[in-house]
Amino acid sequence: MLRLEGLGKRYKTGDDALKSVDLEIPDGQVIALIGPSGAGKSTLIRCINRLVEPTRGKVYLGDLELTSLSSRELRKARRRMGMIFQEYALVERLTVMENVLSGRLGYVGFWQAFLRKFPKDDIREAYRLLDRVGMMHMADKRADELSGGQRQRVGICRALIQHPELLLVDEPTASLDPKTSRQIMRLINELCEERGLAAIINIHDVLLAQMFSQRIVGLKEGVIVYDGPPDGLTPDVLTEIYGEEDWEATIDEVVEDEDEDEAVT
Amino acid sequence: MPIIETKDGPLWKRRTLKQSLARLFWWTVGLIVAAIAWKLISDKTHWYFVQSAPKEASDIVSRMMPPDWSYMDKLWLPVWETINIATLGTLIAMLISIPVAFMAARNTTPHPLVRAFALFITVTSRSVNSLIWALILVFILGPGVLAGTIAIGLRSIGGFSKLLYEAIEEINPVQVEAIEATGASRLQQIVYAIVPQVLPTFVGVGVFRWDINVRGSTILGLVGAGGIGLQLSGSINTLAWTQVSMILLVILLTVIISEWISAKVRGAII
Repeated sequence: MLRLEGLGKRYKTGDDALKSVDLEIPDGQVIALIGPSGAGKSTLIRCINRLVEPTRGKVYLGDLELTSLSSRELRKARRRMGMIFQEYALVERLTVMENVLSGRLGYVGFWQAFLRKFPKDDIREAYRLLDRVGMMHMADKRADELSGGQRQRVGICRALIQHPELLLVDEPTASLDPKTSRQIMRLINELCEERGLAAIINIHDVLLAQMFSQRIVGLKEGVIVYDGPPDGLTPDVLTEIYGEEDWEATIDEVVEDEDEDEAVT
Repeated sequence: MPIIETKDGPLWKRRTLKQSLARLFWWTVGLIVAAIAWKLISDKTHWYFVQSAPKEASDIVSRMMPPDWSYMDKLWLPVWETINIATLGTLIAMLISIPVAFMAARNTTPHPLVRAFALFITVTSRSVNSLIWALILVFILGPGVLAGTIAIGLRSIGGFSKLLYEAIEEINPVQVEAIEATGASRLQQIVYAIVPQVLPTFVGVGVFRWDINVRGSTILGLVGAGGIGLQLSGSINTLAWTQVSMILLVILLTVIISEWISAKVRGAII
C-alpha cells in the first residue's frame, strides 16, 4: 500500500509544482493520474521514488517512510518500485537483455554489474519476462534497433524484473501510435493483475485512462480535484480538471470504444 | 525598432538607421587599423632578402633532389619509435583523462572543488606545447623515447578530457534517471547509463588524437625526445639536403597512413 501525506514540491524557480497531495493506493490497485500539462503529474510520481526530492510531506510504502531515508536505504526502497518512462529511457547502446537486467542493479554489486555476471535466476527471469511480452527473439538486439512499442515492452520488463510492489508509470503511451498505445496499456494492466501490483499511471489520454483503470485521479495545478471511478468523469468534472471545452464527444466515444474493444477480444 | 510604419503598411528592415551607422563606423575603424598594421610590417621587412626568396627556395629544392633513397635503411627504427611515442602517449592520456573527465563534468563531479581541480589539470596540459613539455622532460628524464612519450601524453590529457567531459555533460539524462530508479548505485549508474552513451566519443576522440600525435611526435626529436625528428635536425645541421628530403617524404607517408587508419576506425564506430 502506498500513502502520500501532504506531499509537496516547490522548485528552486519558486514554481509550486505540487501543493499538498494526500492519496492512498491499496495493494493491487491501478490508478490513472490525469491532468493538463504542467499539472504536476510527473513531479508527483518522481517525488514518490525521490528522483525529485519533495519539499514537504511524507510518502509511506507499506510501513516504510521514504522521504527521510538515507541514500543507501533509499536505493533499497527503490527496488520495490518499478518505473516506466514516456520515451522508454532504455540505454540505447546496450542490448535488450542488458537493459532488462539493469533492473536488477539494485540487487547486485558493482563488479557483478560491470562484468555482466548476473545470477542465473535473474537471467532466467529476464527470459521469462521477455517471452511474456513477446520480445524473446529480440534479446540480443541493441535497444536502438527497436520500434517504439518494442522499446516500451523492454522498459516494462526492466521495471518488472525488480519484483516491485508498485509501478510508477510516466506517460507510457505519449510517444506511441493509438493501436500500440492500447496494446501497451493492456499489457501493463494484465501484468499488474497477474502479479497483484499497484500502479500509478500518468496519462493525458482520458479515453485510455477510462478504459484501463479502476480509479481515476485528476490533478490540476498541483492539487487533486477528482478522485473516483472512470465513469464519474462527467463533462463538468473534465471542465474542472482541464478547463472549458466541449467534452461530450470525448465521453460518448468512450462507450463506443469499449464496446468495440470487447467485441474484438 | 526595425519595423517602420508607412502608408502602404509596415516595412521591415534588419537594422535601424542608428545600428547601420554604427556598423559602418566600426568597419571603417577596423580597415584603418589593418592598413596601419600592414604599413608597419612592411617597413620592418628587409625586402632585399624577400626578393631573393624564389631563388633561394629553388636552390634548396634542387639540392634536395633526388632524395637519398639509401638513407631509408637508417630511418625504419626512428619511424617505428615515432609511431610508438604517439601510440603509447595517446594511451597514457586516455587512461588519465577518464577520471579527469568524470571529475570535470558538471553532472558527475563529486564536488565543485574537485571540478575546479580537474579543469585546472585540463588547462595546464593544454596550455603547454608538446615540444616544450619534451624540452622540460628531456631535462628531467634525459633524452630518449620515454621523455617524448610522456610529453605527448601530458599534452593530450587536456584536449582529451575536455572533449570527453563535454560529451558526458551532453548525455541524455533520462537514461540515467531510469537506471537510478532501479536502485542502482552512483558507480553502477555511470557504468550502465553514462559509459555506453560516451563510448563512441571516447573512441572517436582517441583515434583523432592519435592521428594528431603521430604528426606531433615527428618533431620531438628536435629537442632530443626520440623519434624521427632527431635524424631531421641532424641532417639539417650537416646540410645533407638529400637526406632531409628523404625524411620529409617518410614523414609525409607516415602521416597519410595514420590519417587513413583513423578515418577508417572513426567510420567503423559511428
